[in-house]
Amino acid sequence: MTISRKDIEKVAVLARIRVDDQQVSALEKDLGNILDLVDQLSAADTDSVEPMAHPLNAVQRLRPDEVTESNQREAFQAIAPATENGLYLVPRVIE
Amino acid sequence: MQWDIVIGLEIHVQLATRTKIFSGSSTAYGAEPNTQANAVDLAMPGTLPVPNEQAFRYAVMFGLAVNAEIERRSVFERKNYFYPDLPKGYQTTQLERPIVGPGYVDIDLANGETKRVRIHHAHLEEDAGKSLHEDFHGMTGIDLNRAGTPLIEVVTEPDMTNADEAVAFAKKLHGIVTSLGICDGDMSQGSMRFDVNISLKPKGSETLGTRTETKNLNSFRFMEQAIAHEVERQMDILEDGGTIVQETRLYNGDRDESRSMRTKEEANDYRYFPCPDLLPVEIDDAFIDEARNSLPELPDARKARFMDQYGLNDYDAGLLAGDSKLAAFFEAAAERGKDAKLASNWVQGEFSARLNAEEKSVAQSPITGAQLGDLVVRIADNTISSAGAKKVFEALWSGENDNVDAIIDAKGLKQVSDTGELEKMVDEVLASMPDQVAQYQQESDPKKQKKMLGGFMGPLMKASKGQGNPKLFNEILVRKLGG
Repeated sequence: MTISRKDIEKVAVLARIRVDDQQVSALEKDLGNILDLVDQLSAADTDSVEPMAHPLNAVQRLRPDEVTESNQREAFQAIAPATENGLYLVPRVIE
Repeated sequence: MQWDIVIGLEIHVQLATRTKIFSGSSTAYGAEPNTQANAVDLAMPGTLPVPNEQAFRYAVMFGLAVNAEIERRSVFERKNYFYPDLPKGYQTTQLERPIVGPGYVDIDLANGETKRVRIHHAHLEEDAGKSLHEDFHGMTGIDLNRAGTPLIEVVTEPDMTNADEAVAFAKKLHGIVTSLGICDGDMSQGSMRFDVNISLKPKGSETLGTRTETKNLNSFRFMEQAIAHEVERQMDILEDGGTIVQETRLYNGDRDESRSMRTKEEANDYRYFPCPDLLPVEIDDAFIDEARNSLPELPDARKARFMDQYGLNDYDAGLLAGDSKLAAFFEAAAERGKDAKLASNWVQGEFSARLNAEEKSVAQSPITGAQLGDLVVRIADNTISSAGAKKVFEALWSGENDNVDAIIDAKGLKQVSDTGELEKMVDEVLASMPDQVAQYQQESDPKKQKKMLGGFMGPLMKASKGQGNPKLFNEILVRKLGG
């Protein structure tokens, strides 16, 4: 299994990670190695095994519908770069 | 060229839980910005989601109400995209194993027929926050109170063929979720939002055309308009020999315009994968049975009961039973008023008209069903005329007085139904109008005669200071003129 430069560039765009040409070459090798490793797993016969959604063989615990959180806006906004009238401010987004 | 229209819907239904789907933050509407956005909702490092049991109960109730299979083991997935109102960088949703499998809803068509619309599936997911694009020094404001509010997204098969069917389905679904009490149904607050998938194909063709998706319609009216608008747009393109681009569009209801939001080429690659923070959720038979036992009366059953118990016709029963709050209002009026047909007329007539005119929901009505029932009693027993009844309704609505009989007394609306007194007035009026009496008696067409009776009613109402019982006046007139 190989990964192309184009794949890496696309994934980088989707993940909003900037990579320069030199890094792409390094990633091409590193990610290729990881994919090769994963490929070895494909050799195992899994026909009779049901796919798992999670490595833990357990089921999810659910929570009763009760309010447990209080307003901590001040604490959270103290570490935000910009706020106004209780809103978090971000660079303008136009749809 | 003749075209077939193919419509499928995706409906986001906000669940009426007290807390969010993955955190114990309140979901109450209208709080100050970000006062209900806590560590999990803000995607602070080190936090973990814990699913809300009530959201699952509501989803199961919905599934049972739409005749669907319930998935015993459902899995959450991450749908990855970047937008500031989604702090985690992904929406936690379901893809491969949604909680509600295939089901269906039957809708009533205008021609009296019933049509089955299939539901492909419904899944649980979280809502995003809100972006406020007003100018904050060239920046966008973000309120994350809504982030993490539980939603079920209902996806239909492309079974609808015109706007009327799509709206009928949307209304039916609204009636189901509000009857179940799993959604407050308040569309003005975004509690239900519709995405419409539309494509056209040559009449009779088996092959589906390219579809577009019009997103985030938040009223039945906008949905109807958006469908008409998009059908026309596609038809124009196809008839000019063009091709439809698969894309997502936004509709502006105030201007009746739409524009492209993104095309398929630009479509996001969401890179779904099972969420490692959440284990599969298992639901057992006891949980499903408990949900089944808690199901309230649903619109179809209620409609049948209204026809049976109150003798309403199919149309009236369907309309009143479709909305749980309207149904409860009608029942209160019918029980108190002892005349279901009259109560039905007033609920659908004056009452609904006033709600519409003032853009109010039934819950915001200034009058109660029992008050309308009291009014129905006085109309039915001839204490007041229908003109008088409108004045009483007005006084109730404006809050001038909350007691029907007190209003009738205060405004002097009581009709004179003493036949002796009324006969005397009729005699006097007829004596003063000999020409019209002669005309009436020479007329051979009963239809024209009926019309001519109106000419006597004005003077009679004047003579009785508007308080004569018009029905009795009519009877006396016909008898005296005919004889």
